[in-house]
Amino acid sequence: MTLISLSPFDLGIAALLVLAMAGCTTALRLQLGRSIVIASARLIVQLLLIGLVLKALFATERLLWVVLMALVMLLVGGREVMARQKRPLKGGWSYGVGTMSMFISSFATVIIALAVIVSPEPWYAPRYAIPLLGMLLGNTMNGIALSLDRLTQTTWQQRAVIEQRLLLGQDRREAILDIARDSLRTGMIPIINAMATAGIVSIPGMMTGQILAGSPPLEAVKYQIMIWLLIAAGSGFGMMTAIGVASGRLFDHRHRLRLDRLATPKS
Amino acid sequence: MSHLRLDSLQFRHWGPFSLTLAPGECVGLTGPSGAGKTLLLRAIADLDAHSGKIFLDKDECSQVHAPAWRRQVGLLLAESQWWHDTVGEHFPEIDEAALQSLDLKPEVLKWPVSRLSSGEKQRLAVIRLLGNRPKVLLLDEPAANLDDDNTARVESLIEKYRQDTGAPAFWACHDMEQLRRVAVRQFRLEDGSLHEFIPDQ
Repeated sequence: MTLISLSPFDLGIAALLVLAMAGCTTALRLQLGRSIVIASARLIVQLLLIGLVLKALFATERLLWVVLMALVMLLVGGREVMARQKRPLKGGWSYGVGTMSMFISSFATVIIALAVIVSPEPWYAPRYAIPLLGMLLGNTMNGIALSLDRLTQTTWQQRAVIEQRLLLGQDRREAILDIARDSLRTGMIPIINAMATAGIVSIPGMMTGQILAGSPPLEAVKYQIMIWLLIAAGSGFGMMTAIGVASGRLFDHRHRLRLDRLATPKS
Repeated sequence: MSHLRLDSLQFRHWGPFSLTLAPGECVGLTGPSGAGKTLLLRAIADLDAHSGKIFLDKDECSQVHAPAWRRQVGLLLAESQWWHDTVGEHFPEIDEAALQSLDLKPEVLKWPVSRLSSGEKQRLAVIRLLGNRPKVLLLDEPAANLDDDNTARVESLIEKYRQDTGAPAFWACHDMEQLRRVAVRQFRLEDGSLHEFIPDQ
């Protein structure tokens, strides 16, 4: 069984569907038409570019290029974490927290996966390293962005409660513990739901790809299981790091709530 | 028996304030809305950044672990906050005598917080604060939501606490009648500075 190659014409049919949908949203005055077209265009251009980059990367198999590619993915992901928050931490902290926690969790998990579980030859073989890292970064990024946004928003809304707790003599960790836990839960729920319904409600994307490319279904399933377990572990640890550091930053050494360290939302 | 001393306390554009509260002394604090009464009390509780020094007896604020400072220098805000589901969860120990003296029944501890009226919240907040056994009381409008009977009950509970422990108090409110009843010295906070005054009889 070989892969059926898609022609530009095939992709054009899919694009026409999106254009029709964008037209409908404009007719409904959702003011989304522009965003949909721009997002679709970005999708096409970005994926075509990454296709070319991966093609070159696979041809050379040099560790330096793999690391460079991984770094670019990480830094863009960190920026995305910051951009998705309504009230991010000021002064580079939001970017720093997001990038650092994604680095710790995703990179550590991928290196374990490559070195211990999959063991390709060489261990950094880009055909394995880059897609694995991409899956992990993408999911970790969502989790971290979601939980950090929840943390800063809830803290802002519940500042009176937090200060009341501080006034009664609780320390900063105690005063924000409920909110930090709630934020972690918010970040974890999409992953837990995805794992719980995988294969029943949805066929996960990675497995779909492998099956379309001709892998035996059971092999594809095993990869998908490994990936989801890694994602759950990696993004969980990433969120714990992010929430831990960010909730510390919301207070100063005198256990005062410092909402002045949060940016005001752009209207 | 403790005393509280403010030594050139400054925050934002307020101050410097220098003032000593003797053991057991209750000092009234009044002034127009927005004059900074609450901010002054928040600074003393070290909830807002400030410069200058605050002494509780020999201890200087910045040398004391912040949560320990706030347990000793107890600030009661005008609006209390409740974060657990039921009232009782906010009280590590239950002082039934205090509840009774403010006309509250012990059953109130089993209530969900949402069932409390603003007056009940305010009375419970006083009991919650005193439960920490603070050495100094900073009271911001402690009777704002209360009827006359309950105002008298809160005043006498605080009076009794001050007599038992010798804790000085800073009592901020707009009600001059009340300040004449509870406080021995009166200060007006206006244009960023404190002025001592003798209230009209």
